[in-house]
Amino acid sequence: MRSGVAIFPGSNCDRDIIVALKKVTKKIPLKLWHKDKEFPNLDLIVIPGGFSFGDYLRCGALAARSPIIENIKNHVSRGGALLGICNGFQILIEAGILPGSLIRNKNLLFTCRETTLEIQKTIKSPFTEGFELGCHLKIPVAHNEGNYFAPKSLLDQLSSEGRIAFKYIEEKDVNSDIDYNPNGSCDDIAGILSKNGRVLGMMPHPERAINSLHGGTDGLKFLTKCIENIVG
Amino acid sequence: MKVLKKKLYEDNKYEYMVQQESNLETAIEMGLTQEEFNFICKKIKKTPNKTELGIFSAMFSEHCSYKSSKKWLKTLPTQAPHVIQGPGENAGVIDIGDNLAAVFKIESHNHPSFIEPYQGSATGVGGILRDVFTMGARPIALLNAIRFGSPSKPLTKHLLSGVVKGIGGYGNCIGIPTVGGETNFDKSYDGNILVNAMAVGIANKDKIFYSAATGANNPVIYVGAKTGRDGIHGATMASAEFTESSSEKRPTVQVGDPFTGKLLLEACLELMNTDAVLSIQDMGAAGLTSSSVEMASKGSLGMFLDLDLVPTREEQMTSYEIMLSESQERMLMILKPGSEEKAKQIFDKWDLDFAVIGKVTETGRLILTKNGSEACNIPISPLVENAPEYDRPYEIIKNEKFIDLNKNIVNQTINEILVQMFRNPNLASKKWIWEQYDCSVMGDTILSSGQSDAAIVRIHGSDKDDSLGKGLAITTDCTPRYVKANPIEGGMQAVCEAARNIASSGAKPLAITNNLNFGNPEKKEIMGEIVGSIKGISSAAAFLNTPIVSGNVSLYNETNGNGILPTPVIGMVGIIENIENSLEINAKEGNTLLVLGQSEDFIEGWIGSSIYQEIIHDEFDGAPPPINLQNEKAIIDILLNLNEQKLLSAAHDISDGGLLPNVCEMLFRNNLGLDLNLPKKLVNKSNKDILLHSWCFGEDQGRIIVATNELNKVKSILEKQEIKFFVLGTVNSSSNLNIKSVTTISINDIKYIYENSLSSIMS
Repeated sequence: MRSGVAIFPGSNCDRDIIVALKKVTKKIPLKLWHKDKEFPNLDLIVIPGGFSFGDYLRCGALAARSPIIENIKNHVSRGGALLGICNGFQILIEAGILPGSLIRNKNLLFTCRETTLEIQKTIKSPFTEGFELGCHLKIPVAHNEGNYFAPKSLLDQLSSEGRIAFKYIEEKDVNSDIDYNPNGSCDDIAGILSKNGRVLGMMPHPERAINSLHGGTDGLKFLTKCIENIVG
Repeated sequence: MKVLKKKLYEDNKYEYMVQQESNLETAIEMGLTQEEFNFICKKIKKTPNKTELGIFSAMFSEHCSYKSSKKWLKTLPTQAPHVIQGPGENAGVIDIGDNLAAVFKIESHNHPSFIEPYQGSATGVGGILRDVFTMGARPIALLNAIRFGSPSKPLTKHLLSGVVKGIGGYGNCIGIPTVGGETNFDKSYDGNILVNAMAVGIANKDKIFYSAATGANNPVIYVGAKTGRDGIHGATMASAEFTESSSEKRPTVQVGDPFTGKLLLEACLELMNTDAVLSIQDMGAAGLTSSSVEMASKGSLGMFLDLDLVPTREEQMTSYEIMLSESQERMLMILKPGSEEKAKQIFDKWDLDFAVIGKVTETGRLILTKNGSEACNIPISPLVENAPEYDRPYEIIKNEKFIDLNKNIVNQTINEILVQMFRNPNLASKKWIWEQYDCSVMGDTILSSGQSDAAIVRIHGSDKDDSLGKGLAITTDCTPRYVKANPIEGGMQAVCEAARNIASSGAKPLAITNNLNFGNPEKKEIMGEIVGSIKGISSAAAFLNTPIVSGNVSLYNETNGNGILPTPVIGMVGIIENIENSLEINAKEGNTLLVLGQSEDFIEGWIGSSIYQEIIHDEFDGAPPPINLQNEKAIIDILLNLNEQKLLSAAHDISDGGLLPNVCEMLFRNNLGLDLNLPKKLVNKSNKDILLHSWCFGEDQGRIIVATNELNKVKSILEKQEIKFFVLGTVNSSSNLNIKSVTTISINDIKYIYENSLSSIMS
């Protein structure tokens, strides 16, 4: 299992995902710098969260034009697995690797809290395979622009192609006014897959739920399963 | 010489102008007094030009010179075996074992945040982070103590929402978790909000970087963002009272760029991993002026800077503007000669400016050139060592009035009072605020806002196969109404509450950073608040062995002559050796709750200066609850002892609102209930009985509620150690807090109010 983490100026969850991947794979992932034009073949590349280039212009817009993106696209066309978390998801959309857009949260506020995700029925994908359908994962979000928005035609297409990986879902027995969908995403979408199922973009941060003291280990469970599936 | 000046005039006529002799009128415009101007002329043996005068004005500002408070700050206890660096550096440093050090400081950005809430608070966060990583530490946590005026005022909503956005805007982007803090509302802050930001970092004990310049001829390096015209004379602005025209001071507020801040953080830490850096200082208040002067002064050396080499954002900037700009995200460093190229490569990688702008000298003078002409040539010692220090007259006013319960008529029930308390945004949940802060980035946050009395952040990498690692506990505290009523007791209380909070999270209190926010020190009653609270802080900090290692003073928090409540904020850091033992406030079903520090005989609670008293009386009155340092230390020690033996499952210190609201807070999270025991003498009292109310809502100090599954063991230890305690009852799943024969309180109903009060005000 060879993994790499693509780092841009302003990435800030790179260390966190490296810690998580190391915990799962027992190997230190390769650090890739945004100016890298060449790197060895990898099984998985993760684009971590943060504020690449300060989120200036638009979240992910400048990072999507970095030299490394060409190589990441090559990695995807070779069938490599690619995971974009939070700002990583925004970059994948800006780079045209995943469709749709991520706009300001509905309440116009940065939102940091735990969410519950429900795994959807999808095409064959290392990111969802082996999870029981409808299984719930508790994973936190922390973002300002995580409101997944797409025209109805695209939403229908994603749904019919089995490319919606997870949705935010209401926890049972919760007596509260708080909306279970933290950002107003269309159809409660929290993560989507590429056509071949090998690319996942997600707003929640699995690397922040890898320790019982974090209040949960569902992130670790998720990453472990993904790695198992990618290794095959 | 004349030809040269003519050329200067042609090249940059503004520079020519600032190099002309100044006068008293200009000095007064810059916030100096006549005596200070005369002192300057005498010390430098000439009439300063405008640039030189600007440098003096910034260094002599209250913000930089601490001229009103210095005499008293010197009396704070700052020593202990675990202190590596006390006050006087960019931040304080303490030993936390394993060859590691905790580096921390709190700093105010009050004036700028009122004028421009987003940028003011954002740059407050940026500035305090730079203070910490300048010392070689990677920041691991941020906290904020923020205070606003009446919640009903539209301006308060505007300021609160801007400040919260600004704090989040910087902290979230740079990727340091904001894990705690406090928010209060009081009408005294209507015209002067307080924004105090605290940052904590971790460094290797043997790789701490200091600011004293070393070695004549060593190169002086400027790194980071370019210098612009923003924030000029910010330190002076922050050292004056506000008037109606203060919003015209918006140009004196700096603009933050957390993205550049993040690059600067990574580049500096990368460079510090080499052996190139000899000393380093962040350019905070008074920018290049205070950084160059302080570095030279601490090293008893001089400095020469060629200001033409300073990277600037705009053309034709003058020496005056360059020296007084408070543009953010900049650092001044002294490098080992010959390492410039290696250092430049690191800054190039991070796309940051890097410029050799001068050298260390043995002249003891600050010499600056601009457009090839000498813009400044002044001795350094009068700027710092000989800076004015005032012994201002003071009067410590203490409200010693005892509030006699029998003279109060109460028409509300316990239920009604609880509702009123939790509707008050001072007691309500601050979730609306903290959800806007990224609390979990960096992956080491164990407990943050609302979960525990103090935030707990794991020391990265301290977890091993057989242990979950160790952590730092961090809190900020102050109860300004107590300080107002009695500055000495209030100062002690702030320290004790902070220590209780640290202990209630399971950690051992270690050291303090303080942020002293007051009104105009030229008024003797305000000076009395400063002196009194420093006395109180000193006695409590000395007694609890939690020395003050860093801090900041913010004075002149007044608008049109009305001062704020005295607000000496205590930021405290503690250590928990095994984070498995960290304690939340949330009780679990089956736990027994007991109060440490209170016995069966305790009947009449202290309602002077309490929230309860404000509710029944419409204002705070009377002496604040007295502090007994022996009791405080005893309950902290016993709590840590019980927790070490793994006998506790939750803890919560009794603070604002008294016992009952604090019990409710322990039940909220898991929607639990409790049959509350009362002392025998209070059984069968009515729901409007003031004595019973005082027991429920009195704010007597030195008490902590703990939850345990091992009541007998805990009892026997407490009895053996002669610690007073009172058993409140066993937690059940009923979601009702039942006060036998008096009333029943629905925890779900109260929780709803608690959780939604602030968000409904803000929406």
